[in-house]
Amino acid sequence: MSSRVDLPIGMNRRHFMSHVAGAAAMAAPAMAFTNSLRANATDLKKRHKSAILLWMGGGPSTMDIWDLKPGAPTGGPFKQMATSADGIAICEHMPLMSKQMHHMSIVRSMSTREADHMRGRYSMHTGYVPNPNVDHPGYGSVVAHELADQVADLEIPPFVSIGSGSVGPGFLGMTWAPFQVDSNGNVRNLDMGIDPARLEQRLKMLSTIEDRFIGEKRGGSAEDHRKVLDKTVKLMTSKQMEAFKVTQEPKEAQEKYGTTGFGRGCLLARRLVEAGVPFVEVDLGGWDMHADIFSALADRKLPELDKAMSALVSDLADRGLLDDTAIIWMGEFSRTPTINGGAGRDHWARSWSVVVGGAGFNRGVVVGETSSDGKEVVTEPYASQDVMASVLKSLGISLETTFTAKNGRPMKIANSGKVIKELFT
Amino acid sequence: MVWATVISPLDPGFRRPSFGFVRLAILLGVFAAMVARPASPAEDDHFGIPQVKFINEQISSHWADSGLKPSEAAADGEWCRRVYLDVIGRIPSIDELREYVADSSPAKRPDLVNRLLGDEFIDDYARNWTDVWSTVLIGRDVGNAMVSRPGMRQYLRRSFSKNIPYDRLMEELVTATGVNANRKDVDGFNGAANFLSGKLEENGVQATAKTAQIFLGLQVQCTQCHNHPFNKGKQNQFWELNAFFRQSRSLRRFGGTRDLQWIELVDEDFPGEGGNAEEAELYYEIRNGLMKVAYPVFVDGTEISRIGYLPRALPDGNAIGVNRRRELAALIKASPLMPKAIVNRMWGHFLGYAFTRPIDDLGEHNPPSHPELLDGLAERFQQQSFDLKELIRWIVLSRPYALSSKATKGNHRDDPALGEKPKFTHFYLRQMRAEELYESLLTATEADQSRGGEEAAKKKDQWLSQFITTFGTDEGDDATVFNGSIPQVLMMFNGDLIRQATNTGKGGFLDRVASGNAKNSGKITTLYQAALARNPTAKEVAAANEMLVARKGDAIGALQDIWWAVLNSNEFIINH
Repeated sequence: MSSRVDLPIGMNRRHFMSHVAGAAAMAAPAMAFTNSLRANATDLKKRHKSAILLWMGGGPSTMDIWDLKPGAPTGGPFKQMATSADGIAICEHMPLMSKQMHHMSIVRSMSTREADHMRGRYSMHTGYVPNPNVDHPGYGSVVAHELADQVADLEIPPFVSIGSGSVGPGFLGMTWAPFQVDSNGNVRNLDMGIDPARLEQRLKMLSTIEDRFIGEKRGGSAEDHRKVLDKTVKLMTSKQMEAFKVTQEPKEAQEKYGTTGFGRGCLLARRLVEAGVPFVEVDLGGWDMHADIFSALADRKLPELDKAMSALVSDLADRGLLDDTAIIWMGEFSRTPTINGGAGRDHWARSWSVVVGGAGFNRGVVVGETSSDGKEVVTEPYASQDVMASVLKSLGISLETTFTAKNGRPMKIANSGKVIKELFT
Repeated sequence: MVWATVISPLDPGFRRPSFGFVRLAILLGVFAAMVARPASPAEDDHFGIPQVKFINEQISSHWADSGLKPSEAAADGEWCRRVYLDVIGRIPSIDELREYVADSSPAKRPDLVNRLLGDEFIDDYARNWTDVWSTVLIGRDVGNAMVSRPGMRQYLRRSFSKNIPYDRLMEELVTATGVNANRKDVDGFNGAANFLSGKLEENGVQATAKTAQIFLGLQVQCTQCHNHPFNKGKQNQFWELNAFFRQSRSLRRFGGTRDLQWIELVDEDFPGEGGNAEEAELYYEIRNGLMKVAYPVFVDGTEISRIGYLPRALPDGNAIGVNRRRELAALIKASPLMPKAIVNRMWGHFLGYAFTRPIDDLGEHNPPSHPELLDGLAERFQQQSFDLKELIRWIVLSRPYALSSKATKGNHRDDPALGEKPKFTHFYLRQMRAEELYESLLTATEADQSRGGEEAAKKKDQWLSQFITTFGTDEGDDATVFNGSIPQVLMMFNGDLIRQATNTGKGGFLDRVASGNAKNSGKITTLYQAALARNPTAKEVAAANEMLVARKGDAIGALQDIWWAVLNSNEFIINH
C-alpha cells in the first residue's frame, strides 16, 4: 500500500481513523455520550443558536387553536382557556400549552395567498411563491447555511427533518438538503460492517472514479454527488450520531413528550439542538380536515400536539436552551372560518395564525387581530417572508444577507420580508 | 499474486470471461470507440425519418439564434447506456453493450431502437413505462387504500405491452368504471379505475386537478378557491371542469370483512345539487362567500348537455342522458392540448428538461422554450395516430439526444439548472430514478432476470418505500428522498441491495467474474463495462491494483471493493 493516502473526504488519515475508531466504540455504555453532552450543555448553549420548526402538514385550523371566536357563527364548539401569558386565551383542548404561553407569542394577523398544499408548503417554507425558474431554499437550509459554522466540529447534518421531507435546499445545493429521519431517530444503513482500513481503500478507489467524471465538466450534479458522499462518510463515522438515539432518554422524559410519533420527534429535536444542530423540523401531518373537524381536533390531534409541544417548550426552558432556540409553529395555511356541510373546514390562507417563541423573540404577546368572524385580518397583515425575516432576526442572522442564485441573480434572504416589530422590544 | 503491471484500456491480453457471455466475435478495435470515438452515424443524420429531421432542424436553428455550439456526439457506449435506461428503464447488460459497440453498420442506432421497441424487449419496455406512469397517475405512496397499485400496474403493463395508442389510454383512464383490484372473489376488474378511484372524494376535486394537469397540461387546482392571480385560470373553469366528474363515485367494498377490500368505480345519475336532474348543476363558493352555479363546460368553452341522467332509452323510444366522463374524454381527445402535453412530457423524460417547467404547465403564462417544435411534434404525433413508440423513436434518434453530456466553451452557459430555458446543446445530466437504479443493479449483477411480473414489482415497491415521504394532506402528495441526499448515499454504501450486489457467494456475479479465465485486467474491465459501459483508464487500473495489494492477494475481496466503488460512483447513478 502506498504510504501517502489521499482520503476522498478532506480529512487526514489519523483524523479519519480516529473517527472510525470512535464509531466502533459506540457500543460502549450508551449513556456515556449523553452524559457528556449534558455536562457540556452550558458550554454549547453559549456557542450556538438553533431553531425548531413544528410543521403542521395539511393546514391546521388556527381559529380553533390560537384565535378562537366563541359564539360567532364561524366559531365552532370550542371554548377559550386563560393562559400563563397575561390576556392571552387559547383553545380549551390545549391545557398543557396554556401553562407555557408566557414563553410563546401568537401572530394572529397572517394573510397569505397560497391555499394549495404544495404551493402553500413551498411559500411558507421559503418566503417565495413557487417560480418555475428558481428553486428557493427552505427555512432549514437557509438557517443551516448561515449557522453551520458556529459549531465547528458538527459532524451530523446541520438540517434534520423528522418525519417529513420538508422543503429542499433549492439553489443552495444538496449539501444543505434536509437529513430526514423517522421520529425514532433511526438512520438507515449506517453500518458497513467492514474494518476501517478497508473502508478507506474503497473510498480511495471511489474517489478516483468520481474525480475523473467531475473533471469531464458534465454539470453540477456530478460535483454535488461528491459533496454528499463526503458528508455521508463523516456522518457514518461520527460519535455525534448518539444524538439520534432518542430511546435512550429516561422513561419519564419520553412519557412527558407523549409516546406518539410527534412526541418522540419533539424529544429528538431537543437532543439534536443540544448536540449543536442549527435547524430541526418536526412534522405533524393530518390537519387537512375537510370533514368532521371538531371531533378530530378534540379527540386526536390537539391532545397529541398539546403534550409534545408543551413538553418541548418547558424542557428547553428548564435546560436554559430556550433563549438560544427559536420555536416556530405553523402549517401551509389555515382553514375556512365558514364551516362546511360536512362539519369540516376547507383551505383558507387569508386570515390565520402562527406561533413563535424562544431565542430573541418577545414572549407572551399577541400580534394583530382578526375580525369577529375570523374572516379578515383587521390589523397590519403579515406574510410568510415576514415570519421568516423575524425568525432569522431572533437567531441573530443578518437580514442584509444576500444569496446568489444559480443564474447569478442576487436573492435577498427571506425575500426582503419585514420584521414583525411587536415580536421584538 | 499481483495484477498485470501495465494495463491500458486496449489491453491486448483482454479476454472475455468464459461465463454466459455472448459468443459474438468482438473486434477489440471497436472497443476503443466506447471510450472516445463518437458514434458512427453522421451527426445530422435523421435515418430517413422526416420527424427526426424536423427535430434536428428546429433544435439547431435555436442554437444558431442563441450563438451556441453543440457538444460533440456522445461515445457509442454512452449513447447505448442512455437509450437502454430511457426506453426500457435499465442499463444494458455486458452482452448487450458489446453487441452494440461491435456493430459497425451505419444503421446501428435505428436498429437498436427497433429492437428495444420490439418484441424482444417487450417485458422490459412495459415494466419501465408502467413504473413511469404509475408515478404520474397515482404517485408513489403505497399506503392509499383507495388505490390498488397491482391493479393499476396490471392495466398499464397490458396497455404498454400492446402499445395501445395514447388517446385510447387517456380515454380508458378517464372513463374507467369497474372493480379496481384483480380478485378471485369479485368480477368486473378494471385496473384503469385506479387513476380516479382515490380522487373522487370531496366532490372529485383531485380528479379534476389531476386530469387537467396530466392530460391537458393545465394547472387548475389553484382556481378551485379563487381566480388565479398569475395565470388566466378562473374559478368557474375549475368547477365547470369538475362538473364532468359528478356522476362518478368510488364505492367502498368490504367483501364481508371490516376492512376496505376494493373500490368499485361507478357512474350514476347526478340529480344536481338543486335536485333538478334535467339541469344538473353544482354550486361553489366564491371568495366573498356567495355561491355560484356551474354546469359541465370544457376548458375551451365547449358546453355539453346539462342533463344529469346517464344515457338511457325512454319508453317512447327516444333516448336521453349523457355520460359526462365519456363526453370529457372525447373533448380531451379533440383538444390540441392533449398531444402537446404528452409530447412535452416525453421530451422531458428523454432530454432531462421539457419545453416547459413545470412539465405539466402549458398555460399561457408559461411559454415553452421551443414553441414551434412542441407544436410541430404534437401535430406529427397526432398524425401518427398517437403511437407512443413512434414518438419515442423520433426523440431518441434525434441529434440533441445523441450529444455528449460534456459541456464545451461554446455551450457551457446552456445550463437549465441556472434557470435558463434549455437549448439542448449538450445532454443534461440527471440521476437515475429509484426504479431505474433498482433494475440496473439487477442487470449489472446478472441477477434473476424473470422480473416483468407482479411479484417482482411488489418486491421493488417494498424497497422503494424507504425513500417515500408523504406530506400529511388529503391529496396524497408525496416526494422521494432518492434525490442525491445522504440517505440515498447511505443506501448505496450499506443497504441490502448493495450487499446483495457485492456479495461474493458461490455462483454469484463476483464469484463468476473472479473464477473466469480472464486476466485480472480483464476482470476489472468486465466490472467497468457492466456498470459504466466503458473500459477503465490506466489510472483506474492502477488504483484497482493497489486494492489487490491491500487485500493481500484476496482477488475476490478486491473485486468486491472495486465493484462497490464502481456502483457508488456518480458515473453509475447519473444518466449521462
